[in-house]
Amino acid sequence: MIELQRLRETFRTALDLPADAPVDDLHYQDNDKWDSLAHMSLVAAIEDEFSVMIDTDDVINMSSFAEAVRILGKYGVDFDA
Amino acid sequence: MSVFTLSQPEREALLHKELSELTQHHRANSPEYDRILAASGFTSAATVAELPWLPVRLFKNLQLKSIPDDEVFKVLTSSGTTGEVSRIYLDKAAAAAQTRQLGATLQQVLGPRRLPMILVDSKGLLKDRRSFSARGAGVLGMATFGRDHAWALDPDGKPDLDALRSFLDKHGSEPFLIFGFTFLVWLHLYEVAREHGLDLSNGILIHSGGWKKLVDQSVSPEEFRRRFREHTGLTHMHNYYGMVEQIGTVFLEGPSGGSLYCPDFADVIIRNPRTWQEQPVGEPGLIEVVSTLPTSYPGHVLLTEDLGVLDGIDDGDWPGKRFSVLGRLPRAEARGCSDTYREAA
Repeated sequence: MIELQRLRETFRTALDLPADAPVDDLHYQDNDKWDSLAHMSLVAAIEDEFSVMIDTDDVINMSSFAEAVRILGKYGVDFDA
Repeated sequence: MSVFTLSQPEREALLHKELSELTQHHRANSPEYDRILAASGFTSAATVAELPWLPVRLFKNLQLKSIPDDEVFKVLTSSGTTGEVSRIYLDKAAAAAQTRQLGATLQQVLGPRRLPMILVDSKGLLKDRRSFSARGAGVLGMATFGRDHAWALDPDGKPDLDALRSFLDKHGSEPFLIFGFTFLVWLHLYEVAREHGLDLSNGILIHSGGWKKLVDQSVSPEEFRRRFREHTGLTHMHNYYGMVEQIGTVFLEGPSGGSLYCPDFADVIIRNPRTWQEQPVGEPGLIEVVSTLPTSYPGHVLLTEDLGVLDGIDDGDWPGKRFSVLGRLPRAEARGCSDTYREAA
């Protein structure tokens, strides 16, 4: 759950959301915070936070918080820990 | 999963089927499009070349879409030289497909990893995030394919030598991506790199935009490549051709330079501007572009106002047709056909 919490924090910071904003159900371009420009910052922030390098296809496919969890799993981030 | 795999016969068989279905789909969902086709007497096409085309200009005159208003997810606009604006309507599925296929196309030359990236533009381009210019949207779309972005121009649009130097100190010894519009790349990257001896030999340049301004300065595409190679070490250069009216579809210059190639989901037909017949290899004409990506608006078969020529078929770096863009058709000549369509619509 620690990793999940870190990912939530990363989303809130990168997308400029309030500290208690729910993010688990967030989708790309659902709101005006997560637009294509913010997507680039978000990807960079996730890469920094989890020390991973995300491939192009995964950047394109990262269309929701849930997708980000799934994709980071491929890069060895263990969300059950 | 390359998207440069289909020989011309394979491609035409696939596209004939898919584009014929798209034509029916758009007729059923866009009354304007259906009226245009009814007026033209179209019933069915035996080949891709027989499919009815729309002049690209029509998207400036008419609202053409095949989705209900409440499914419009994004409206893309392009300003033409005259101030008229094309409006392209995407639903979620079409928006996702265009990003994915642009990605697949560029990965042919970039590989799956995001490379450190120089954007030959100014960050100020993205200042107003509510309304990017067409140029801003293009730069941002391309930025997805890179990481650790450096901007080659300062806020005043002048070359930022320090930014380039610090990028190259950090990333210059591994493959990196350079993106920009052809004219800006020439004016602001080539000149600066040559003058200051910057080493771009590990770079992969992706650039778009017409050659006209460069040809005015007597710089041909060959000259562009030769001088970059000689003075900066850059050897990997890919021009591309695409338009907002067929967003996500780009025709990409092959590794050996010169010709543009079609991804598997697209093709070009060069037409004689007087008889509309297909031109053989080597004969210039108007470029018609076809693509299976436009599912939310009837932009799957478009006649452009650009002149081009086929350089060969199934005989180059990648399969299918290869072609070159020669420039714009003089304005007056192109006007006739869209007026006909406007009356019909």
